[in-house]
Amino acid sequence: MTPGIFGTRHAQALLGSLGRLKRNPLATILTLLVIGLALALPAALGLFVTNAQTATGGFSNAIDMSVYLKSGVPLAKAQQLAAGARQRPDVARVVVIAADQGLAEFRKYSGFGAALDALQTNPLPNVLHVVPRPGTNSAADLDSLRSYFAAWPEVDVVQLDTEWVLRFNAILAVLRRLVLIAAAMLGAGVLAVVGNTIRLEILNRRAEIEVTKLVGGSNAFVRRPFLYTGLLYGLGGAALAAVILEAAVLVLDPSVATLARLYGSSYTLQGPSGQVLAVLFGGGMALGWLGAWISAHRHLRSIEPR
Amino acid sequence: MILFERVSKRYPNGREALTNVGFRIESGEMVFLTGRSGAGKSTVLKLVALLERPTRGTVTVNGKSTGAMKARHIPAFRRQLGVVFQDHKLLADRPVFDNVALPLVVAGMTLKEIDKRARAALDQVGLLGKERMLPAELSVGEQQRVGIARAVVSKPPLIIADEPTGNLDPDLSLEVMRLFRRFSDVGVTVLVATHDQHIVRELAKREIVLASGEVQSQGQGDSDNNDPDPLPHLVAKR
Repeated sequence: MTPGIFGTRHAQALLGSLGRLKRNPLATILTLLVIGLALALPAALGLFVTNAQTATGGFSNAIDMSVYLKSGVPLAKAQQLAAGARQRPDVARVVVIAADQGLAEFRKYSGFGAALDALQTNPLPNVLHVVPRPGTNSAADLDSLRSYFAAWPEVDVVQLDTEWVLRFNAILAVLRRLVLIAAAMLGAGVLAVVGNTIRLEILNRRAEIEVTKLVGGSNAFVRRPFLYTGLLYGLGGAALAAVILEAAVLVLDPSVATLARLYGSSYTLQGPSGQVLAVLFGGGMALGWLGAWISAHRHLRSIEPR
Repeated sequence: MILFERVSKRYPNGREALTNVGFRIESGEMVFLTGRSGAGKSTVLKLVALLERPTRGTVTVNGKSTGAMKARHIPAFRRQLGVVFQDHKLLADRPVFDNVALPLVVAGMTLKEIDKRARAALDQVGLLGKERMLPAELSVGEQQRVGIARAVVSKPPLIIADEPTGNLDPDLSLEVMRLFRRFSDVGVTVLVATHDQHIVRELAKREIVLASGEVQSQGQGDSDNNDPDPLPHLVAKR
């Protein structure tokens, strides 16, 4: 068979499958709706996680660390230690807060100015304010950084005040896993829906399959239109899922913008990116094709001319 | 060429359909397979078309032994056969042209070649002009001729027919059988299972008589009774 004839045969199988879907509009729409919803659910959850992460920036700016030096450590030594810490690849910024500067700020903001005047000496130590580099602020990274500073003999206490950020990021990580689990489960659902639809179509076209095999049609030849049908179901379902996602973003966007404004942000809800759409369409078509292949492979073997 | 050597066939339900059947049909020969219902005629045709495999013995068709043929080789084997059924086995939702063209599509021919050959086959069975009609819009005789056109459209070296005139009146039956004889005249091997003795006598071809799954007799036909107008452009001379 020449490439031209091969292409023509595939085009005919594709058009034939399209025609059959068009001839049964109600069944086609219902199947597409089920596939579309199954694909839209994990995609929507994924979109929620992405938006939550983008809106908060992972609160990476809120993560910092206060390294309290021992009382006798001089300012020059503190600056020397700060210079060493800045060499680390996981450290973005180190600011030295001198003991005098700390006392002045405390006096200004605490309201205990008169009481502080009674002190003979400055009880506050020199402090290093450390901001980790974005991308290296996971719990493990921060623990590693904390251990680094705690190991210095000049350090009294290392304080990490942003545990809640870690919890938030951990929740996002859990949600990301949930997205994967939901995608796997609903993907299996799409396989089952397409597989069952193809099984019914094979049963409806049993006589045609028998005749085709009788005149020399191979299993691959007989299977081809069913594979295109599965592919079209996947494509149509993915398109429907994309429409559902865009519609959901459109409906939610004003409410999210209002909420963001109340927090002093101009954040607007982000729709599915090109990458998400590519995964949605690619995944949908692959699942449709695979579901059809499994069903056709299983059921066509049992149909032989009599 | 068809060769049956001590062929037996037992179905899974235990029924012994054929017992030690042996015969030889030469290329270009037209042979009638006769016998009562249940004699084993359809089983012989199923073994030829590889719809069944023999329990014992050897079936050789077009030089190939079918008993151990691998499943992946069966489609190519069947493309060398034309099969005609009593119930036509036409695709009800496809027009006549598509039904006739199906073996050519399966064989991977170009659209131009498909169009040319399918029209030629329809012309030879007298149905050119009805190619866009659905099978249900045709008479039973016309449906049978569509089935015959489909069987011969790919110019197979062997045509088998199972009671092809079972639903036809005597005149139409004879017309269909003459059509088969014309294919035989140009070198196509034709094996027809029938219980219509009138037709067998009329065409005077060799007859293999089956009874209870065994060959009862193998008569010799009158090879001089040939049709004067064979179909050289429809069925290639072999």
